[in-house]
Amino acid sequence: MITKPVGVVCRKTLVNRVTRLWLWLWLQLQLQLRALIRFEMIQFVLLISRQGKVRLTKWYSPYSQKERSKVIRELSGMILSRAPKQCNFVEWRGYKVVYKRYASLFFCMCIDQDDNELEVLEIIHHFVEILDRYFGSVCELDLIFNFHKAYYILDEILIAGELQESSKKTVARLIAAQDSLVETAKEEASSLSTIIAQATK
Amino acid sequence: MNPFSSGTRLRDMIRAIRACKTAAEERAVVRKECAAIRAAINENDNDYRHRNLAKLMFIHMLGYPTHFGQMECLKLIASPGFPEKRIGYLGLMLLLDERQEVLMLVTNSLKQDLNHTNQYIVGLALCALGNICSAEMARDLAPEVERLLQFRDPNIRKKAALCSIRIIKKVPDLAENFINPATSLLREKHHGVLITGVQLCTDLCKISTEALEHIRKKCTDGLVRTLKDLANSPYSPEYDIAGITDPFLHIRLLKLLRVLGEGDADASDSMNDILAQVATKTESNKVAGNAILYECVQTIMSIEDNGGLRVLAINILGRFLSNRDNNIRYVALNMLMKAVTADGQAVQRHRATILECVKDSDASIRKRALELVYVLVNETNVKPLVKELIDYLEVSDLDFKGDLTAKICSIVAKFSPEKIWYIDQMLKVLSEAGNFVKDEVWYALIVVISNASELHGYTVRALYRAFQMSAEQEILVRVTVWCIGEYGDMLVNNVGMLDIEDPITVTESDAVDVVEIAIKRHASDLTTKAMALVALLKHSSRFPSCSERIKEIIVQFKGSFVLELQQRAIEFNSIITKHQNIRSTLVERMPVLDEATFIGRRDGSLPGAASTTTAPSVSLPNGVAKPVAPLVDLLDLSADDTPAPSSSGGGDLLQDLLGVDLSPATQQSGAGQASKSGNDVLLDLLSIGSPSIQSSSSTVDILSSNSNNKAPVSSLDDLSSLALSTKTTSNAASMMDLLDGFAPSPPAENNGPVYPSINAFESSSLRLTFNFSKQPENPQTTVIQATFVNLSSNTYTDFVFQAAVPKFLQLHLDPASSNTLPAAGNGSITQNLKINNSQHGKKSLVMRIRIAYKINGKDTLEEGQVNNFPRGL
Repeated sequence: MITKPVGVVCRKTLVNRVTRLWLWLWLQLQLQLRALIRFEMIQFVLLISRQGKVRLTKWYSPYSQKERSKVIRELSGMILSRAPKQCNFVEWRGYKVVYKRYASLFFCMCIDQDDNELEVLEIIHHFVEILDRYFGSVCELDLIFNFHKAYYILDEILIAGELQESSKKTVARLIAAQDSLVETAKEEASSLSTIIAQATK
Repeated sequence: MNPFSSGTRLRDMIRAIRACKTAAEERAVVRKECAAIRAAINENDNDYRHRNLAKLMFIHMLGYPTHFGQMECLKLIASPGFPEKRIGYLGLMLLLDERQEVLMLVTNSLKQDLNHTNQYIVGLALCALGNICSAEMARDLAPEVERLLQFRDPNIRKKAALCSIRIIKKVPDLAENFINPATSLLREKHHGVLITGVQLCTDLCKISTEALEHIRKKCTDGLVRTLKDLANSPYSPEYDIAGITDPFLHIRLLKLLRVLGEGDADASDSMNDILAQVATKTESNKVAGNAILYECVQTIMSIEDNGGLRVLAINILGRFLSNRDNNIRYVALNMLMKAVTADGQAVQRHRATILECVKDSDASIRKRALELVYVLVNETNVKPLVKELIDYLEVSDLDFKGDLTAKICSIVAKFSPEKIWYIDQMLKVLSEAGNFVKDEVWYALIVVISNASELHGYTVRALYRAFQMSAEQEILVRVTVWCIGEYGDMLVNNVGMLDIEDPITVTESDAVDVVEIAIKRHASDLTTKAMALVALLKHSSRFPSCSERIKEIIVQFKGSFVLELQQRAIEFNSIITKHQNIRSTLVERMPVLDEATFIGRRDGSLPGAASTTTAPSVSLPNGVAKPVAPLVDLLDLSADDTPAPSSSGGGDLLQDLLGVDLSPATQQSGAGQASKSGNDVLLDLLSIGSPSIQSSSSTVDILSSNSNNKAPVSSLDDLSSLALSTKTTSNAASMMDLLDGFAPSPPAENNGPVYPSINAFESSSLRLTFNFSKQPENPQTTVIQATFVNLSSNTYTDFVFQAAVPKFLQLHLDPASSNTLPAAGNGSITQNLKINNSQHGKKSLVMRIRIAYKINGKDTLEEGQVNNFPRGL
């Protein structure tokens, strides 16, 4: 004869199932939300040298420090190993990474599945041409020692992962204007310090 | 304090780091610099703050922790000069992300800078806000940004527009504030402002339907005109790329038009002309031109139908597909995938080219092409396509084989025109890439083989041949071992020879050789070995000449360290040595597996289908869920892919239910098990419980056990269609009607333990009557005499009756009087059932029954539920 409370066991498994259902619904909701608030057209920009050294990173979607280094590791492994004839798109974690190699540097931009890959190639080229004009035939060393300048230029081309300016001339003009602002400020400071130095002599 | 004490210049530090030969040296330099910077921070050194921050950024880029510099960014931003602010904002964007609390402190500085008189400082603030803005900041600063959309300098307006995008994405409620300023940006002439304005409008439309309606009504014509002017504009050096004026603006305009035209015939109509013009006039020899064409095709495909334009678009894709440039081919494949739903016929024309792309050396292209082929397959082209794919399987890369195999199996299962073709293709796949085949796939194969009785001989011979060629493919070995175990005699005697076969001579010992190789192979896993043991047992009675040898092999496994194998070996050995007389009946051939259930499940457009065909859920990127897949996830939470063999208790139980001739061991045929477990769960769900005898010892709660990865899926099937099991019988509907037709049983009489008989089950071919009796001293126990009467004109053989009851009942079945039921009511079978009701007086009896028998050797199955028991039993 069965005397053990079978009903309780049943209820327990039922509760278990219900919690699972909720857990699952919650998960789905999270995923949906994540898909909904997927951000910018361009998720991030990476410049990686052929040796796998990072030369520039710009994140337009929130990635924690840990995720960032993981992403960089994963992507440099994938991209650096690709043959030159292969297409410039890599599918990665449900996104696409568009990359293009210029001399020893790989310019990578991560975009959403539905975005226009060819246009992103063109944006990369746009960026490179502006760098080239600014530094005068740019090379990797320019970008290492003047990395902040490269960031300033990128900030004039992209904001929030979207293109803001299609004219190279305008970008160059804006950067030059800001550089000259910095120069005048420096000169003022140095002249000020000489005046102070003379006065305290 | 000496200003030179705070260390080296930025340039020198970079040089020093680059000069390092080893990682340890680099770490040492960085540590020294970091120490100096920390010291400077502690001393609150103003002069070199910006230089220190620049250094920190470089160190950060190398991957070292730099959180201690975060406050320095804020201090620099708060300082009045442009150079300090510039580097401060850069540091803010680089060292922090929106999730850091420090960011809250910067809101005030940002607000001040957004109102600054120097437009470059306003620009810096907008840029930072656009890149790292959080929801709180968005709420606080939205009015400032909104105001800046009307700033006099266009360079500020464009930055403000992109900032607005970030803000409305963070806080969609704010979208309506931006509708008017955004539409006014569309009238601008400055390209930067126009690009960002169009972008802002696109995002507004995606976020708010109100904005979509507004922009669609007010701006569609203006946008079409802008695009027309742009497409016809003369050469302008400032915006020219490869002979096209501002392709970026082109693309953004097309994108916005796509959003506006989707689902609106009028708007679509007004943009037809310009789309046709862009599609025909754009030069396609450079990336820029192709990017525009690609975007244009996408827009044509998305807006309301216009036949002429679609043809144009598909033609452009065809041209892309034959392009030599891999990039172009990639986007063409991508786009064709979307075009399939709109115009499958047109895409079919490019099938040959697409098939070539599957064989491309580039993984990205291969993947796209394979997915496209998968959706292009139909009944008419399946044979040539699968042949091509299987041919390619031989030479494909190792890392591509998994994907390819899954897709081929899925196609073959879905579209196979005949069983022999299905078996042939599956054997080819198994011998090429057997190790990549998913469990469900080979389960399904075994079900099919088991059902194709005329092909048993052919299949087992084909498998034997394949095994000789590629014995290293685990799954092939399993299927071969199973088939040889079942149909080994057909292999030896060349039974059921088809015309297309070459005759082969296989001796009994050759057949045993195969099993012995499988069981002794080091690579074989537990499942394979267990299956091989069963096969050996089956052979022991069928191949008397090898009996001794089989016994020796089995005996070797008596010392196996794996419990499962050891137990099997010991039990099988005792069957061989001690139970000679019943051995041959024990190891009879498996009855035909229930294909109807299996296919019913697959056709149910449910995850069952997904997993038997290994399809969509496998390749889901990033958990972006297709509608059916998450259901699998739900129930699959605890079930991973390990094909753990189920415990023998569970197996017996399941077989019990199906009415299989019980072989003492668990049959390892997963397919059978899968279809059975479904029924078990069904019973569970109906809370009818598992069969009585074993219910206490071996109740299998499929949902919470993770021993069988197929189970959750089947349980789901049952959840969604409780009528599943009735689907399997041909006369299910009528049977259910009959059952429904029964009125509640007449009330039990109170004058003692006498209950009326009931007609428990009646179909067109069979009637089952229950007679009840109770011993007065034990009211909980009821003895039921079941009487079966054959209503048809055929004799039933191999008659098996089974019953299942909920957990509060205990059921004991006595042996039946016979297993043959004569035709037309000329006799009957009686069988006694003893039921013990632990909830006597509270719950009445309920029972689920299943009757299996053969008419002229053909299996028939009837099922039903008995709920018209008299009250008080």
